[in-house]
Amino acid sequence: MRPFEWIEAASSAEVTAAGATTVADAMVMTNGHRKVSDPTVVKAGGIDLLDLMKEELLQPRRIVNLRGIAGLDKIAGQEGGRLRLGALATVAQLAVDPLVRPYAALADAARNAASPQIRNVATLGGNLLQRPRCWYFRSVHHHCVRKGGETCFAFGGENQYHAIFDHRGCAIVHPSTLATALVAFDARIELTDAAEAKRETALEEFFVLPTRDPHRENDLRAGEIVSAVLLPKLAAGARSAHLKQAEKESFDWPIADVAVVLEADAQGLCRRASVVLGAAAPVPHRARSAGGGAARQAAQ
Amino acid sequence: MLATSLAASAAVAEENAPLSIGPGAVAISLRVNGVVRTAEVPPHTTLAEALRGSLNLTGTKIGCDRGACSACTVWLDDIPVASCMVLAIDIGDRAVTTIEGLSRGDTLHPVQTAFIAHDAVQCGFCTPGMVMSCAALIARNPNPSLDDVKTAISGHLCRCGTYPHVFAATLAAAKAAKS
Repeated sequence: MRPFEWIEAASSAEVTAAGATTVADAMVMTNGHRKVSDPTVVKAGGIDLLDLMKEELLQPRRIVNLRGIAGLDKIAGQEGGRLRLGALATVAQLAVDPLVRPYAALADAARNAASPQIRNVATLGGNLLQRPRCWYFRSVHHHCVRKGGETCFAFGGENQYHAIFDHRGCAIVHPSTLATALVAFDARIELTDAAEAKRETALEEFFVLPTRDPHRENDLRAGEIVSAVLLPKLAAGARSAHLKQAEKESFDWPIADVAVVLEADAQGLCRRASVVLGAAAPVPHRARSAGGGAARQAAQ
Repeated sequence: MLATSLAASAAVAEENAPLSIGPGAVAISLRVNGVVRTAEVPPHTTLAEALRGSLNLTGTKIGCDRGACSACTVWLDDIPVASCMVLAIDIGDRAVTTIEGLSRGDTLHPVQTAFIAHDAVQCGFCTPGMVMSCAALIARNPNPSLDDVKTAISGHLCRCGTYPHVFAATLAAAKAAKS
């Protein structure tokens, strides 16, 4: 890991004042030129950041620490029945928090992500923004399309863990297990900029396919931080589950995962099914026909 | 005119920019095993490196250095974390407990005693981290099931394959701690 300067931020305004860019922008190099020279990047739990820096894939000049921003780890109910998950809440918190428990698919996904040691440090915001696990992307010896190169090496190379949907231009799968569950619940993401202004967007639309931009997985802008994820009020009688298939029974990345949210009517019949596949595409992949089919079948 | 105002706004931005420290060594203090210790480390030093290098607490082992083997597990405020994946400068006032802080003088922690009794050590490299995770488990759950133990050590890699003995030792330690 290369040396860097360290800044403790007390607010999102200080993040922008420090000139922070996104990790994605900090990693792009085209024709030998870095998109951002001497980048400043933000750190929450720091798990993915340290991994990228230890591999020398990312060499920031400065790191802005978000951990000191007060209240950013709170999980709290809101008026109207929404649940607000602070971006600095750890994955371990999501697995056990009583307010998250009704969103069973999310609690399941959190409980089964990574290892206990990592879950105790990794944050919700960092989990959603982590870079993909593709071994060509993670190799300093492969200047792949996601890092500003010309080629997606997965197409002609080793690709057994790569995307089976929507992989035109780059075959990564989205690395966040939490995102699979959150998208199934139609969660929204809240971003805060320098002026403490907040914008909110559907999490599903926050993620970016390689055909739109192969250099980033999401729509985070320079100087912005993820401040929260918002879960809509659960419909009465809603049930959910998240299942993960990995190669190992202990901690491992999923080779496939799925989150299902079912909404039933007063008679217990399924009226709506939300089915989202993880580790299948460069973004969490909504299986629309499966969702529609489940709803129709249960109703008959 | 424009140049002047740009320079002025740049000066304002510079003034408003929060204070940065490093990249050279900076003084930090760490509360380790109940004692406040100081160290001079650059910001890119991990907690595992600071413990071993600066504080000479070499009981904590660095295996993969990527958070994938959990050999470096220590407690931050009684929560097990991979000390290779957190920065020493980021610890602040959180209490660090390492394998050296688990025993009380010459009296071993019940998990350490049980590891010896159940022969749960082979080469020993993963052992300090395993003990930290198992001791944290019985501190928060005095009646763990076999599945609870498996979950608690699910992040640990032991290439000698001591797992079954670790399960037995931890279940025995939980029983011993209660009696």
